Amino acid sequence: MKMLTRLGYLLGLPALLVLVWYLLTVNSDSFFVVDPVTLARTFVDTWVGERFWADVAPSLVRLAVGLVLAISLGIGLGLLIGSSRALRSLTEPVLEFLRAIPPPVLVPILMVLVGINNQMKVLVIVSGAIWPVLLNTVEGVRAVDEVLLDTGRVYRINGWLRVTRLVLPAAAPQMMAGIRQALSIGLILMVISEMFASSSGLGFTIVQFQRSFAVPEMWSGVVVLGLIGVALAFLFQFVERRVLRWYHGLREVDHAG
Amino acid sequence: MSGSRRRGSRLAQLPSWVLGLAGIVLFLLVWEAVPRLGLADPEYLPPASDVLQVFARGLGLTSFWVAVGHTMTGWALGLAIASSAAVVLGLVIGSSPFLRRATHSTIEFLRPIPSVALIPLAVLLFGVSLKSTLLLVVYASFWQVLIQVLYGVTDVDVVASNTARSYGLGRLARVRYVVWPTTLPYLMTGLRLGAAVALILAVTSELVIGVPGLGHEIALAQSGGAVTAMYALVLATGLIGVAINMGVRFVERRVLAWHPSVRGEVHA
Repeated sequence: MKMLTRLGYLLGLPALLVLVWYLLTVNSDSFFVVDPVTLARTFVDTWVGERFWADVAPSLVRLAVGLVLAISLGIGLGLLIGSSRALRSLTEPVLEFLRAIPPPVLVPILMVLVGINNQMKVLVIVSGAIWPVLLNTVEGVRAVDEVLLDTGRVYRINGWLRVTRLVLPAAAPQMMAGIRQALSIGLILMVISEMFASSSGLGFTIVQFQRSFAVPEMWSGVVVLGLIGVALAFLFQFVERRVLRWYHGLREVDHAG
Repeated sequence: MSGSRRRGSRLAQLPSWVLGLAGIVLFLLVWEAVPRLGLADPEYLPPASDVLQVFARGLGLTSFWVAVGHTMTGWALGLAIASSAAVVLGLVIGSSPFLRRATHSTIEFLRPIPSVALIPLAVLLFGVSLKSTLLLVVYASFWQVLIQVLYGVTDVDVVASNTARSYGLGRLARVRYVVWPTTLPYLMTGLRLGAAVALILAVTSELVIGVPGLGHEIALAQSGGAVTAMYALVLATGLIGVAINMGVRFVERRVLAWHPSVRGEVHA
């Protein structure tokens, strides 16, 4: 019974929405809308099979490479900058400016600088996704508890051990918040770099459908992008729960107390 | 080792704004030097002084300010629509446990859908018009604000809520005097995130769809080979971004002047 109510809460509203969508569109002859059944059929026809490997997989690889680079660079530089007050003050205004540039405008710049190729698309993702990770890491490192740091110093916990055992875990909650923002920015940039300058990839394919007025196919592409976004969010949640298990536990104890 | 440490501490004694200014100067010097020394082709990476000159000249042109106006209109309208819708929905959904549970899966599913996925739809429905920008901006910033408002409403202190109830405060009065003050800091965070995202999407729609504005100017400069002008326009979008961040932070400070998190900052 308990399972049933949970399932009801989980699927109730989505099912209702799909039903409304179906009833509204099944007899409509509007050009722009598709009913769910057609959409599902088009989705399978369009994306399952060859096109997945030709257009979706390369996009996903670029996204993954870009995100991994952005996250590791962001954490590395963030640790460096965050642990020195002078370096922090020196870089802060410049970093604030670079972060404030809306990342999509970097696409034309990188097109000019690097040319239109895979490196440019990966660089676009890195150049947009690195800032939230970098700035959150800096902030997290800065805010490490002074007492913890002093205790570590008294026990002569220095160098690598200090970074991995003390600074990184203490800054982890902030860092994860930054990584979460980086994921969604990375996905946006993956699509834009392909829409703006490409002859393959997911973004390009969807724009192609739109230009040739293949409306159901276009909608199915929108669904693919949505599914990738949702998958990334779930992946992130899974990893975050693992990495920050101690933190969420701590918070629960705090709230109960 | 000890020498570098002493130098580090002397550097650290300088006020941080001096260091920040030095950082900006250093950044501009590197940008100037790299193309001048031939480390990068000046045709693709023009030196800082050239870009700043073009930027300064642009400040006197009407067309530049018209483009800025277009971009800011899309940004402001979109953010206003998204946040008012998100506040109302957030308060309604957040104050009912049933609605909260029933909508959870739908929100978690819709939220991560990247708003750029809506670009083709915007083009088909609205073409090159402000409505396209609004569709993207509203979709992107709506979730940022909604999620924060929902967090805020859930965070309401049970004792405060029950106290208000036993003093006979009605539903609306409770929202006004208990729920709203608790939610406000969260709402401000949501607005800050939403404002940044809204600018990204406003520029994106101009860049990709061709709605008039700074993004469109950048695309034109790029395809016309006016590289220096393109850098100057990117500089302008960055400065607008900084201005928006500072503006939102200022508003946040004003609105939350009573809140311990802000009051504490002033004393420290």
